[in-house]
Amino acid sequence: MKTQPAGPTSRRTNHRRFYGHGIPRVRLEELAGKLIVVEGADGSGRSTQIARLVDWLEASGHATVQVGLKRSTLVSAELEKAQEGNILSRTTLSLFYATDFADQLENIILPALKAGFIVLSDRYIYTLMARDMVRGMDEAWLKNLYGIALEPDAVFYLEVEAEELVQRNLSKKAALDYWESGMDLGLSRDMFDSFLKYQMSVQTIFRQLQKTYGFTIVDGNRSVETITETLWEKIRALLAEK
Amino acid sequence: MMKTFAELNFPGRLIAVEGLDGSGKSTQIYLLKRWLEAEGIKVYFSEWNSSELVKSATSKGKKRELLTPTTFSLIHATDFADRYERHLLPLLRAGYVVLCDRYIFTAFARDVTRGCPPDWVRGLYDFAAQPDLTFFFKADLEVSLNRILEGRPKLKFFEAGMDLRLSSDPYESFRIFQGRILAQYMAMSEEFDFVVTDANQNVETQQAAVRKLVGERIDLERFRRRSPLPLPPPAQRTNPVEEIEEDSAA
Repeated sequence: MKTQPAGPTSRRTNHRRFYGHGIPRVRLEELAGKLIVVEGADGSGRSTQIARLVDWLEASGHATVQVGLKRSTLVSAELEKAQEGNILSRTTLSLFYATDFADQLENIILPALKAGFIVLSDRYIYTLMARDMVRGMDEAWLKNLYGIALEPDAVFYLEVEAEELVQRNLSKKAALDYWESGMDLGLSRDMFDSFLKYQMSVQTIFRQLQKTYGFTIVDGNRSVETITETLWEKIRALLAEK
Repeated sequence: MMKTFAELNFPGRLIAVEGLDGSGKSTQIYLLKRWLEAEGIKVYFSEWNSSELVKSATSKGKKRELLTPTTFSLIHATDFADRYERHLLPLLRAGYVVLCDRYIFTAFARDVTRGCPPDWVRGLYDFAAQPDLTFFFKADLEVSLNRILEGRPKLKFFEAGMDLRLSSDPYESFRIFQGRILAQYMAMSEEFDFVVTDANQNVETQQAAVRKLVGERIDLERFRRRSPLPLPPPAQRTNPVEEIEEDSAA
């Protein structure tokens, strides 16, 4: 199936669809709200931008809901535990994340959209797919798995150079995250080197996924205000559609 | 078409049992395991829905009725993947005979009955190879139902298929649900080369047939331990009623 570009200006609201089979018994035409996804690495400014979008949207009278990875009632605690112990193999971890995603999709995202909310998703299936693809998992398998996902109304990928990500992560926490450094891949024993290599591979995969899923790549190296302006502009146009 | 472990040149072999709750399959695979152990075969037993880590999430989901057909399917796939990657594959590489009480066909039958698209479910599990031998224990629906329903006043929400809203009566819902699962199993029986065993027969007759077929299809000599292990203390047979309960909670 040919995927249509998902740029917010090129689509209308009645074009709602799932990427694949979707969730059984969901009536797409009832999903009146908007699903907006912000993607990017740790330190790319995702949470800052989402907080600003929420302020602005609520000030303009829109109801919002926020979702993100590892926040489901069903499995978030178990998933956290599994990651700490580093005991799960790749397919297992991948399916665990998919369960977490599906739980939020069905219990939060879809009901909120039905109620006309604007749902802001801090990362979505693209990060999950990219992480797995970097680790050599089969893309076709992942596409089938995430065929349950709803196509968002807008996806912004905040792209920040790996060197800049290192600086931001270190200035915030004085340490690099094990998983965000791809330490499980054995790219380098040096965490700093591993982080750079890993983030660059993820960016390459995101560029590749962009061709399929058509999300908007936003230059995240710019100032917070400039980026927010870019996002507002696109979202304003999206909200003006009827 | 999926390949078997033999076709993939694994030194080990995998034998799976499938069937409805109450078909007696757990008893049969237990007896098969006892026989293989007594013969000095390297054997490992794995049960559906038993991965420690995933279990706590599954039981929380079931208790609080949080699961939808999609998350029900995914959480069981997670459980399977964990057992498959951490236990089954290494053991099969090491030349074990692995016995599985339920395999991916359980998911194919149940998840599709719950309304998940068949090719989506099959896609989830396409990392798993086909068992070298799959027994399907086919009891009359009424026999299975009676075995489960006798002496069990309360059916659990998901096991009765109450999430499908087939009937407001759990017993009626359970009957309809199990009937549909049986139909799903029968529809894939040929495709996956199930050895259909008449589970209405007595335990001994069935077990004799199972052992005979395993002996014919698998060259057991190859799986004998080179150095004999000290005999383990006789295993405590678990209360059969409890075992059925565990199984149907899957």
